[in-house]
Formats: sequence, structure tokens, C-alpha cells
Amino acid sequence: MAKASVSPSAEERLILTKKNRRWDEVRGRSLVTICAVIMIAATIAVTVFLAQKGLQSFTVNNINPIAYLTSANWNPTGGENASFGIFPFIFGSLAVTFLSALIAAPLGIGAAIFMSEIAPKFGKKVLQPVIELLVGIPSVVYGFIGLVVLVPLLRDNFPGIGFSLFAGVIVLTVMILPTVTTIATDAMRSLPNSLRQGSLALGATRWQTIRKVLIPAALPSLLTAIVLGMARAFGEALAVQMVIGNTRDIPGSIFDTAGTLTTIVTLNIGHTTYGSIENNTLWSMGLILLIISFLFIFVVRYLSGRRKI
Amino acid sequence: MKKMKLSVLLAMFALVIGVLAACGGNAGGNESEGDTSGNSNSGGGEASETSIVVAGSSAMQPLVAAAAEQYKGENADADIQVQAGGSGAGLSQVQEGSIQIGNSDVFAEEKEGIDAGTLVDHQVAVVGMTAAINPNAGVDDLTKQQLIDIFTGKVTNWSEVGGEDQEITLVNRPDSSGTRDTFVKYALDGETPAEGVTEDSSNTVKQIVADTDGAIGYLALSYFDDDTIVKSKIDGVEATNETIGSGDFPIWAYQHSYTNGEPEGLAKEFLDYMLSDEVQTTIVPDQGYVPMTEMKVERDAEGNITEK
Repeated sequence: MAKASVSPSAEERLILTKKNRRWDEVRGRSLVTICAVIMIAATIAVTVFLAQKGLQSFTVNNINPIAYLTSANWNPTGGENASFGIFPFIFGSLAVTFLSALIAAPLGIGAAIFMSEIAPKFGKKVLQPVIELLVGIPSVVYGFIGLVVLVPLLRDNFPGIGFSLFAGVIVLTVMILPTVTTIATDAMRSLPNSLRQGSLALGATRWQTIRKVLIPAALPSLLTAIVLGMARAFGEALAVQMVIGNTRDIPGSIFDTAGTLTTIVTLNIGHTTYGSIENNTLWSMGLILLIISFLFIFVVRYLSGRRKI
Repeated sequence: MKKMKLSVLLAMFALVIGVLAACGGNAGGNESEGDTSGNSNSGGGEASETSIVVAGSSAMQPLVAAAAEQYKGENADADIQVQAGGSGAGLSQVQEGSIQIGNSDVFAEEKEGIDAGTLVDHQVAVVGMTAAINPNAGVDDLTKQQLIDIFTGKVTNWSEVGGEDQEITLVNRPDSSGTRDTFVKYALDGETPAEGVTEDSSNTVKQIVADTDGAIGYLALSYFDDDTIVKSKIDGVEATNETIGSGDFPIWAYQHSYTNGEPEGLAKEFLDYMLSDEVQTTIVPDQGYVPMTEMKVERDAEGNITEK
């Protein structure tokens, strides 16, 4: 608050302060309320806009939604024979998401336990900054490293041409590992010390304490960490696009090329004209991404609700 | 206190409604513009004289950006912003009137949802493209039929077309991309390519073809500037400015700059500048495009070729 330049009498000062205080109250309160309202409005606006755009391919272009979701035939530029089936991309998105979570979960939770239980000092001083640094690396860098290092490596040592579901999974695993580790570490650290002490007092070893007491107690939070990691993997486009090959067939093995919802949208959206059927079907993919992301959030909310401690 | 709470709540409510209404209004506006675009012709004219925005085809962006740089050097008060974003976005935005010049690799007539009647086409250059082949495949000349067989998946090994015993890997472009459109139309005679790795950026395509044994893709001629990839002849004809200009080499496309209605002000001056000898003889060939002046044939939106 700016102070009056002439020093007022004590009485005046008191009145001023009182006024100021009330004014301050109102102002501060409105400020934060506006912030909250803008956020809510933005979320609602995006959802409404995406729903409106995304439903157009079904309402305006009369695409059968069931066929859209389940058909494996994607050929938007076929003219008369055009077909719009996005199942391969839904499959691709879910496949990279779950497979990368499968690898990242044990690694991330393991690192979290190491950081919180085994070597708290080293963990806090060295490991945590390193992991936080990893979060800050832009996804295009991960994608580029994937393209120039990982893809040739896979090409030389595994069947296929390097561009593959597997390459996408590895890039995503590295990307979501920091997210999983950071949240899992917070979860482990927030466990009350009485749990550890009680368990040790009963004669349990350190490992027994971790395995039988701490992990079960932190389980909902650990699952939340994994789901948030999956949400990030599911929404990632750029890095995956650079290594996965972006094909429209359902991959036969993890060394086959694949495509995901996000990569197909980013690859095609600039080339399509607004309002065309190709454009609308891409918006519908965006809507499906949003819906699945909402599902992830619901899972997180449900898990948080189950937290025991 | 209670009164205050109420007023804050009311203000909050009003704001939400306001924001939502604004968004809804916007969305509705876009939609109606798309539907009745034939009537809205005035979009381009509203722009101020000294500032224009050019957007669209990412393949054209370097060319137009270079020309704009040079133009700005000569006309200090001209403000020309050149953005990429894709041919479809360029055409849509110029039709809406949100930009003054929309760049496209393809004729507006070929894009769904664009009313080509309201747009004026300015062909500023020609881009040639050909198949890019990994050097280890041992092939540098393909007949058109072989090219079609390779890209439709009938031929899957280079030995079938006179090369090494290597499996063929296709590198495609996204479905609606202008490069793919051009290649499918003039190299594959409209046949749909079989599935392969799909990448948007020409540099990525080049790198994949260079690194992957047996890979074949397609690229604009400016990307064949080293020997990491083989520039394939088609039916024995090498792709050069001369063979494209004479119509002997079939795979090329105009680089279109569209305006909404006849261009005015800076947009017109800049387009005239793009077509001037100054740009056509320096920047255009430097960037790997064929100048309009070297074209002895012309092609209409249906693909019919006539002598000039």
C-alpha cells in the first residue's frame, strides 16, 4: 500500500488504516476470485468449443460415430471411397501410454523409495534436482534425441526400421519418469514418521517396513503418480511423432510402426481447410483426447479420495 | 459482509457468462463465415496499407520470407509478416479475411470447403519434386510404372526394379499435404500410396531416407543438395528447371499466393514484387524453385497441360 507522504495524526492514521484494511480485503479477495473465475471459464470454454467442433463430423458430415471409433480404415482423402476409422490411433495412443507407464512405474517408484527412505540426504541434494531438471527439458528435445540416437540403435539391433511403437514407448518413458518420480517421492515423504518408527519398533527390518507398511500406506498416492504420468504420455504429440512412424495400421508387434491420436492431429491439421470433413474428423480426435484425459482425471480424483493418510 | 459476498458472486457470474458468450459468439461467427463465405468478400480490403500477414504452405515459407526480407530492406515502412501453418490453414484464413495473402501448394479448387470463386490466384513460382532413394538401393532411374508399383506396394524389393536385394521402405507425407497431393497426382497418376512411415517435415523425410536402407520418399528439388540421397530420374528424365519448364518432367506444382478479391495496397505491391525479374531471377532459383518465366507450359486446376 502506498503511504501518505505527509505524516497524519494518530487518529487519522487509525481511520486510514481501518479504511485501507477493508479496501485491501475486498481488493485481495476480488483479485484471487477473478483468477479462479478466469480459470474455470477457460476450462469450460475450451470444453464447449471442442465439443461443438468435435461433434460436427457426426452432425454435419454424418459420419457414423460407432464406425468412427471402431473401424480400422483411415483414408480421409479418398474422395468417394474416403473412410474415417480412428481405431488404430486410439489403439496406438493407449498402447504407448500403458506400455510406458508399465516401464516408468517401477522405475519411478523405486527411485522415489530410494530418495525418501534409503538415502534421503543424497536424494534431496543430488537426485531431486537432476529429476526436476529432466521435467524442464522440452519434448522436442526428447523427440530429436529419439530420432537421431534411439531410432538408428533400434534399427541396427532389432527387427523393423527403427521407427516403431517401441521407440515411442521408450521416449515417453523417459519423459514421464520425472513426473512419476517427483509425485511418488512427495507421497512417500508425506507419510508420518510414526509409521516407520512403529514398524521398526515391532522388529521389522527396513525393507519389511518399506514393503509391508509404507508402500501399502502410500499406494493411492503412488497410483496417482502413475496416472498423472500416463496423462502426460497420452497427450504428448511432438516427441512421439518424431519416432513412431505415424502409420495408420494397427501394429503387429512393438517393433512395427504405429500412429497415435495426437500425432495424426498434429501432422494433418495444418493441411486441411477449416470446416472440411478432414478438418472436422481431426477435431473429433481432439474431443476424444479430451474425454480420455477427463477419465484420467476422474481416476486420479477417485484414488485421492481413497488416500488413508 | 453478506452484501459484499453477494456482489462478488454476481460479478463472478457476470464474468463467466461474458467469457462464455464471447467464446460462443466467436465459434458461431466462424461457422457462419465458413458457410456463407461467398458473400464476405471485403476481408482483405480492411487491412492497413503498411502491414500485411502472409501465411500458409510451409514449403513456400522460406521463399516468401526471403522475398519479404529483401522487400522490407528496400521499403522500410512496409511490415510483412510471413508465417507457415500449412496450405489448408493459409487458404482458410485468407478466405476468412484474417490474413491478406494465403500460400498454398495446391489449387484452391482442389481443397474442400474453399470457395475458389472469391479467391484470386497469383502463381509466384513452380516447385519440382521427385523420388528420393537411399543410395544403397542402387537405383537412380525409375519408370513411372515402377514408381507406381513401388508406392502402391506391388513391388517390395529393390531387386525387382534392378537394384540391390533390399526391402523397400516407403516414407509418406500426411494425407492432405500439398506435397503428397502433387506426388500422388503427377507421379502416381492418382493411385493411393501404400502405408509407410509418415512425416511432415521435408528435412525429417530426407534424414529418414538417407539413414534407412531401402527407403524411398519424395522431396522438393531443393532438398537434393548433397549425396546422402539419390535424386531419381523418372522415365530417364532428370528433374531440372529446364525439363520442368519444357513439360518433359511431370512432377511439379505451382506455388500459389491467394488473395481474397483483387489485392490492394501493400499486398498488391508485394505480389508484383514477387513476380518481378528481381525476385524471379535471384531468390526463386536460389531457393530451389523454378521461376515462372522459365515455364513454357501451363497447367490448370484440373491438371490439363497446355503450351504457353
